Amino acid sequence: MSCRIVVDHVHFAYTLGQPVLRDISLWFDAGATAIIGENGAGKTTLMKLLNGLLKPTQGDVWVGDLNTRHHDPARIARHVGLVFQNPNDQIFKSRVLDEVMFGPLNIGLSESAARESALAALETVELAHLADENPYDLSYAQRKRICIASILAMQTPVVVFDEPTISQDDHGLRLIARIIRTLEAEGRTVISIVHDMNFAAEHFHRVIAMAEGEVVADGRPEDVFADEAVLRRARVDAPAMVKLSRATGLRRTCLTVPAFVASYLTEKDLRPPRR
Amino acid sequence: MIRVRGLTYTYPNSDKQVLKNITLEVERGETLGIVGPNGAGKSTFCHALMGLVPHFYHGTISGEVIVNGVSVVQSHMGEMCRHVGLVFQEPIHQFSGAKLTVEEEIAFGLENLGVDSATMQERVDWVTALLGLADLRRRNPYELSGGQMQRVAIASVLVLKPQVLVLDEPTSQLDPAGTAEVFAAIEALRAEGVTTVIVEHKVELLVEHCSRIAVLVDGELKALDTPSRVFSRADAEHWGVEIPRYSRAYRALDPASESVPTTLHETVERLRDYELSHRG
Repeated sequence: MSCRIVVDHVHFAYTLGQPVLRDISLWFDAGATAIIGENGAGKTTLMKLLNGLLKPTQGDVWVGDLNTRHHDPARIARHVGLVFQNPNDQIFKSRVLDEVMFGPLNIGLSESAARESALAALETVELAHLADENPYDLSYAQRKRICIASILAMQTPVVVFDEPTISQDDHGLRLIARIIRTLEAEGRTVISIVHDMNFAAEHFHRVIAMAEGEVVADGRPEDVFADEAVLRRARVDAPAMVKLSRATGLRRTCLTVPAFVASYLTEKDLRPPRR
Repeated sequence: MIRVRGLTYTYPNSDKQVLKNITLEVERGETLGIVGPNGAGKSTFCHALMGLVPHFYHGTISGEVIVNGVSVVQSHMGEMCRHVGLVFQEPIHQFSGAKLTVEEEIAFGLENLGVDSATMQERVDWVTALLGLADLRRRNPYELSGGQMQRVAIASVLVLKPQVLVLDEPTSQLDPAGTAEVFAAIEALRAEGVTTVIVEHKVELLVEHCSRIAVLVDGELKALDTPSRVFSRADAEHWGVEIPRYSRAYRALDPASESVPTTLHETVERLRDYELSHRG
């Protein structure tokens, strides 16, 4: 299940004369991409252009062979699912199961297929036991996961997350990392805005850094996070292991704890630790 | 400044103890970090420091909570507001709902405390500069982004200059630059003697700014010590909290070590010695 997205010289402004995005050209195939950059860089706007909620002021966004300009968001939603940043903007039903079934029903699944898909998605986010609850009786972290389930239930080839890790504890972070890995393994395209640079370094194969409505870097995480000028422009901090690699003088830019430990022992020519 | 003894609490219509026999003290000017999995009782503990527990939520409470010399249980919310500033996890819960501009929202608490208008103006100027909100002063607080709302919520508490500041995941919706601004503001207040209790999932950041860390799991205080001693404990990986990546990296290199560093700076120092003793 894959679906290429092409962003072709896209400009966007909410108000005439105040550009939010300037000449963005990108493509997305199967795999997981993190979008980083400060608040106001245009990240959320770009995500809304990908699923047709917004249309470019100039340029085109292609989802497979659909130009988003000529199709309403409901049509694009069969291909691109968007998990909102704030669950309160997304949730409007008074029962968790109804909320998660809403998307699949809307893209034409039968009642029973929608229910099955919704229950499976709730299993994935480990909230199946809350299917009959009112979402607003649940914690913020749980509501965030309900929103993820709502999109997973639609089984779209492209899944877009707007800051999925907000308020998640250690277990929640691992769960979301696992969901991203599973989607990737199924050959789907995952695009996620991420403010937690450690999470971006550890779970994505491509990182796009944005600043002031422009793409300032697009590449492998080890290359993007090694570029201090890019990080300064995007106003983000380097991930912990990137800082430690740099501070200990390693040649390699390490992204994870195991990668750092391995490179450190090799580059410094040290005896491996005794267990 | 904060003295909690044997605090046990149960919400109404529930028989689950959300806080179980918690005892801890926080010195004047100290910054205490609280970590724990979701549902551990972190927010409830924050609410108990300012009297929302039990005066707003009711329920069953035992033990004592003394903040700035005042017994929270025997006092009332109006009194506690003069001592403690609480920043809620969701900024929308902080807003009065009665004000249409950011600057009026920020001044709302000062109005309630009867502060004169010259002081009010001065304090609002100070806090909007401190948190980078100067450009948003005339905006409607309900039309802001999540990150902007969160900074306004924090400002509306800092502006009161409370002796004790309690922050429940204050940076969850902020970008890295906004997060750094909030922690810089906390440091500035600490220099003025403000006592801070902060719940935060971003553990690498928390240990940089806190002298001690409290670990809450399922209502119990599992650990209360310096970051290094807390994360050196053998049971740390069973708490369901993130262990600082620096600690994990050092632990992997030196599994038998009695203590692990928690910050970048400490780790670089410790690795210098490690390198000398492990040359191949």
